[in-house]
Amino acid sequence: MQSNALNISINSITKTYGDFHALNDVNLEIKSGEFLTLLGPSGSGKTTLLMVLAGFTRPDYGSVKFGEEEVILKPPHLREIGMVFQNYALFPHMNVEENVGYPQKLRGVRKSETKHSVDEALSTVKLDGLGKRRVSELSGGQKQRVALARAIVFKPKILLMDEPLSALDKKLREEMQIELRQLHDSLNITTVYVTHDQKEALTMSDRIAVINGGQLMQLDTPNEIYRRPNNAFIADFIGESSLLSVKVHGSTTYMGASEICANQTPGRDGDYLLMVRPEKLFLADKTEKDANFFDGRVEESIFQGESQLMVIKLDPEIYGGQELRMRLPNGSETMQALPKIGEKISVGLRFADSFLVD
Amino acid sequence: MVATGEHINESDLKKLAQQEKYQLFGLTVPYLIMVSALIIIPIGWLLYMSFIGRDGTLSFENYERMIKSKAYLRIFITTFKISILTTLICALLGYPLAYFMSQLSNRWANICMIGVLIPFWTSLLVRTYAWLVLLQRKGVINNMAIDLGIISEPIKFVHNTSGTLIGMVHIMLPFLILPLYANMKAIDKDCLKAASSLGATPTRAFWTVFFPLSIPGLLAGLLIVFVLCLGFYVTPAVLGGGKVIMAAMKISSNIELYFSWGAASALGVVLLTVTAFILYITSKLVSIDQLSGGR
Repeated sequence: MQSNALNISINSITKTYGDFHALNDVNLEIKSGEFLTLLGPSGSGKTTLLMVLAGFTRPDYGSVKFGEEEVILKPPHLREIGMVFQNYALFPHMNVEENVGYPQKLRGVRKSETKHSVDEALSTVKLDGLGKRRVSELSGGQKQRVALARAIVFKPKILLMDEPLSALDKKLREEMQIELRQLHDSLNITTVYVTHDQKEALTMSDRIAVINGGQLMQLDTPNEIYRRPNNAFIADFIGESSLLSVKVHGSTTYMGASEICANQTPGRDGDYLLMVRPEKLFLADKTEKDANFFDGRVEESIFQGESQLMVIKLDPEIYGGQELRMRLPNGSETMQALPKIGEKISVGLRFADSFLVD
Repeated sequence: MVATGEHINESDLKKLAQQEKYQLFGLTVPYLIMVSALIIIPIGWLLYMSFIGRDGTLSFENYERMIKSKAYLRIFITTFKISILTTLICALLGYPLAYFMSQLSNRWANICMIGVLIPFWTSLLVRTYAWLVLLQRKGVINNMAIDLGIISEPIKFVHNTSGTLIGMVHIMLPFLILPLYANMKAIDKDCLKAASSLGATPTRAFWTVFFPLSIPGLLAGLLIVFVLCLGFYVTPAVLGGGKVIMAAMKISSNIELYFSWGAASALGVVLLTVTAFILYITSKLVSIDQLSGGR
């Protein structure tokens, strides 16, 4: 497919509200045709950054380029971007067809052509034949599809989405995630997607930009971000993890009194956190060579459908009483032999999965 | 548990629901009593009186006079003219102000709202006479304008149509602004952002999205102002100086000067019918809950 998508260059964008830094010197290169997610907790500045791209928020300084063109001084209506809002923002006084046809009408497109493009857009979002419906007659999922059709009908080169799925229930949300991703692939449109839902970000994105406190903390593929988070905040925010405090001394790493072996050796001595993903832990099988082993007692054992979650209190004398979470897939043979609450347990974590963060 | 097919506790649950319904209905009783005592019975009396002639027998003479007499026609024309003009001026002044307030932060909007409400809460009579003091021949405005050399002769502001309009617009403006502002506040701001991201200039976004969505509030305000104007008495009486005679003033003079309760009642009935008709037409255009500022 011929690429007509645009890349976006964001340079030293800064926005303050009084003393509060909503965005602090953000630099970000978004490749053309990429699906990039801005991920962060509420108040992190991710939505502010999206609004800067859309032109609704004026930064204190900085540059935003679509392709080669500087757009920071351009008003929103000249930026030619499709935008999807959290609460749909459909026009309640227009029906579905009029909503989707609105951008075409503004552009003075002929009626027959508008009709054609509206039908095409509605069919892209699987709403064929609903053109005459009133907005109030639609379900939440349908409204979001109409909003999407309206945002793509004029074939913009950039699509911005501000938590578009957060008002939908879980099952529908998960279906829509996959659909949105497929839609992005078929349209080949540069997409910037804002969410606070880390799982959504992992599911949909080519790359994720983690934002916290108005700063870009890490920009990487979902896989890399999950495996090698830059710091404790990201390790904690993305996926489940137990963070255990460890000390690094020279080339050895200590957890309490016990020596462990980590995936990397940090350059300087001091306090670090060992990131333990619950699904990476396994019931100790001392034949495994390249793994750290931890002894403790089962605090909780919770059935969660597809998996069993175990909370393990590590031996206080060796590890200072830290807690670990372990997740075992259901139906595995080991389930039979699982220790009960209060019983002793020994779990293993491969060296390759033992990752230290600041 | 095995399903037995029995409808356990069904009758008790129904009884409970019934009870709650009655309790809720009980809340409306005081109002119902008041409405029937103070509105329905007097209106019935009014209707009856309007068909009583000078000699005390049943007749249509009160209505016949209204149709035949030029004086009455003139009064109706004046009433409608003043009401329509006041409503239009209120809309022209009130819409931009309500729009401005709806775009402010809550803090500043509240401060502006106090500015709207303080005159609203001040006695009507006080405000009307205040306008008289300001606008009369040797009033504050004329004196200042002459002192500043803007005019050489005092302008006649009061005891005419313009004085009546100034006073009435001032008094009616809050009635237009309040429902309109409530409506505008409820318009999703993202809708306007959406319009502009889709390519609408601010002007275009206003006319294609904001304005259509504000129509219910505007209609509600126009309706309230117009209906109140139709029966207005104090302000036109004081600021019109006897030259602007509206229906309510004729009702009063029918009673006070001519002791003709029949003629006064007939005029009241006509005014009431016109008002009811206008309400009916408007309710066909917008739903009633939208008119009261809800959505």
